[in-house]
Amino acid sequence: MVNLALAWAEAYHSVDPAVDIAVTGGGSGTGIAALINNTVDIANASRDIKEDEVAAAQKNGATPVEFIVAVDALAVIVNPRNPVNALTIQQLSDIFTGRITNWETVGGNNAPIVLVSRESNSGTHVYFLENVVRQGDSNNKDIFASQTLMMPSSVGIVSEVSRNPNAIGYDGLGYVTSNVKLIAVAPDPNSPYVLASVETAADGSYPLARYLYMYTAGKPTGVVANYIDWIRSPAGQQIVADLGFVPIAAE
Amino acid sequence: MKRQHTQKLAVGLITAAAALVVIPIILVIVMIFVKGITAISWEFLTAKPSHGMKAGGIMPAILGTLILTLGTAIACIPLAIGAAIYLAEYSSDSRLARWVRLAMVNLAGIPSIVYGLFGLGAFVLFLNLGTSILAGSLTLGIMTLPVVISTAEEAIRAVPQEFRIVSQSLGATRWQTIRHQVLPHAVPGIMTGIILGLSRAAGETAPILFTVAAFYLPNLPRSASDQTMALPYHLYVISTQVPAMPLAVQYGTALVLLLVVLSLTLTATVIRARMRRRRDW
Amino acid sequence: MSLSQIARKQYLDVKARARPTARWLLGNWMELIIETLIRLAGLSTTVIVGLIFFFLLREGLPTFLDIPLRALFSSRWYPTQGLYGLWPLIVGSLLVTAGAVLIAVPLGLTTAIYLGEIAPPWQKEILKPLIEMLAGIPSIVLGFLGWVALAPIIQDLGAPTGLTAFSGSVILAYMALPTIISISEDALYAVPKDYRDAALAIGATQWQTIWRVVFPAARSGLVMAVMLGIGRAIGETMAVMLVTGNAAHIPAFGTDMLFQPVRTMTATIAAEMGEVSQGSMHYSVLFGIGILLFLTTFAINFLAGRLVGQQVARRRGGRL
Repeated sequence: MVNLALAWAEAYHSVDPAVDIAVTGGGSGTGIAALINNTVDIANASRDIKEDEVAAAQKNGATPVEFIVAVDALAVIVNPRNPVNALTIQQLSDIFTGRITNWETVGGNNAPIVLVSRESNSGTHVYFLENVVRQGDSNNKDIFASQTLMMPSSVGIVSEVSRNPNAIGYDGLGYVTSNVKLIAVAPDPNSPYVLASVETAADGSYPLARYLYMYTAGKPTGVVANYIDWIRSPAGQQIVADLGFVPIAAE
Repeated sequence: MKRQHTQKLAVGLITAAAALVVIPIILVIVMIFVKGITAISWEFLTAKPSHGMKAGGIMPAILGTLILTLGTAIACIPLAIGAAIYLAEYSSDSRLARWVRLAMVNLAGIPSIVYGLFGLGAFVLFLNLGTSILAGSLTLGIMTLPVVISTAEEAIRAVPQEFRIVSQSLGATRWQTIRHQVLPHAVPGIMTGIILGLSRAAGETAPILFTVAAFYLPNLPRSASDQTMALPYHLYVISTQVPAMPLAVQYGTALVLLLVVLSLTLTATVIRARMRRRRDW
Repeated sequence: MSLSQIARKQYLDVKARARPTARWLLGNWMELIIETLIRLAGLSTTVIVGLIFFFLLREGLPTFLDIPLRALFSSRWYPTQGLYGLWPLIVGSLLVTAGAVLIAVPLGLTTAIYLGEIAPPWQKEILKPLIEMLAGIPSIVLGFLGWVALAPIIQDLGAPTGLTAFSGSVILAYMALPTIISISEDALYAVPKDYRDAALAIGATQWQTIWRVVFPAARSGLVMAVMLGIGRAIGETMAVMLVTGNAAHIPAFGTDMLFQPVRTMTATIAAEMGEVSQGSMHYSVLFGIGILLFLTTFAINFLAGRLVGQQVARRRGGRL
């Protein structure tokens, strides 16, 4: 969400020049940890806050308040030279846990599959782990294969996938560029394979759509409250659309 | 003449190895220069970033690096010179002196990320300085100590013993001798060490990751308790975390960082060379 | 004046000078303060090393107290799911360092020989500043170049990905080279000229002299150069973080072991520290890794220091 947060911060400077907004990147986990440690006012997260994080924050004196600020489609991307076009969630789970290691098995070339992911502090990582690798089953304890490349940011994923013919990765739709190819995803082999887009995320046909959140420690007041209100207003949501994410009003 | 053949072969291989070391160095510098120079403009060097870092300039990062370098100097120099004087003039071969030297050698070997951890644990958290220029400068300052101490000590030791003997025979105390006869002649050497140490500190990323660095600040830092942007961290962020970052801007930032660091190193080398030539003993 | 009068005058002068005047007391008092400050400054290095170790322990000790050793040395590192196996990180650091040493030691030693024995002075004037410049290039710049320029090349050479232990080794090798070269140069320079002259006098070629006489004589200095190079490589963070792929994976033993992605201890701390909340287990384990790194570099420097001591002792004890 860092590019979104940056765009909002820059735009808000013209709305209210008296307010200084400093942005630091590092993943959802970093932001929430900073919120717990009371070193930031707002934590951006692309996953919802976990119970133990809520408990830790309460121990430090404040209950986190959640705001939905945008909707995102989680795209699965491969190199444009890769002949594979569509995969089911089961296949994706097998690929990312290392049960399938060669592109041949899913209809591609005879080449090793190189897995690209975000670091484990990323909300995107956690969402993918829970909804794709573990297929939404909370009792499933599968984890990413140990040889998964951990990139420091969403940008890194797109970079590596765009220059590595063997790579497969996942990224928020707003980060996907024309240098990579989208994979159509289906929940099972009998359902339609859907490509990620603003429309399919908004109308629910794409199986991997998620909310993007902002968290504050306790109910926000003053400038923080104004900022969040502005983000959720049409002006702030226009920026969401500009960056390729899905505005909240759309659904 | 098998021996002569071996000789020629060996010399050939050795020369090739030296070339293999040197040519990539030249390549690296040329590449950064060629690919980065297109991004350099007056605006690049003096404006703040805009449009999600993709346009505008890197002035806050340059300023931040200069501020942190200054902070490192303040944190490091007094302690380093004191320690160097101790090692060169007061220590002899006592047990204490050996512990001090052991400590210095170890300080020099500690990984930069471990300094970052120490800075986080001691300055940011324990002393409650938060992520601030103060915490970052202290961390970098401690990291720079070994380099400055060892060059300063060498420079002080290099002053001929006669200076000290004559001074003391005229009735001066030990400190008076150091202050008026030894230190002034050691100044160029000490300065070389300081500048070399600062050039290293200016280029470091790991120690400032959790102690001071910020991704995007709307305003320039106003006090020592503010965060700041810095060139090494900025290069890290724009090359790995900003979407659609023009490659020329990335190379340009690397070029600016390289120029800052290398100009400091060059200054130190020039001082050292001139000092050697002008030495009157 | 008579002789006795002159003598008495001199005696009185000395006595006057030696009598404690207020100015003398103040001057000496200042001197005492300054000397104490200097001694404290000297002590400070020991205090600081102690403090560093103390803070590392303070935050990192729970790692070794609360997590059973078997879990700590298991083969999966996945802290957000409670898996704290350090083994992949240790292997990652070792692999990258080993690769760097394999590249840097031959290159470094031979370059030191070139500079010391073969190169004409005009070449030395160019080469030595260049090597010093290499020492000055910030690690993030080399890491950046590795990411944008080196990784694609390694990918094109046929590796499954360009982000491998080997990529890290190459960059680390070049970062360690200035250390290895300068210490080796000193070691070679320290070998007395007589050794070389004697060898040449009995008819050895230059290469035979270098290989059979100078090298063995400089052995301990060369070993120290290698050890300090290793210490430099193990501690590097940013460069490896950008090019090794950061996969907490223990590569299978084999010929392409170096061409798989790995995750080093240093990169793990840098990548994950931002996301941990203070006091959590993950936080402690990252400090625990810091303790491991501290102890490793401590051990390397300690051993290197002992070697220097041996070398000095040998030189004192020998005919030199």
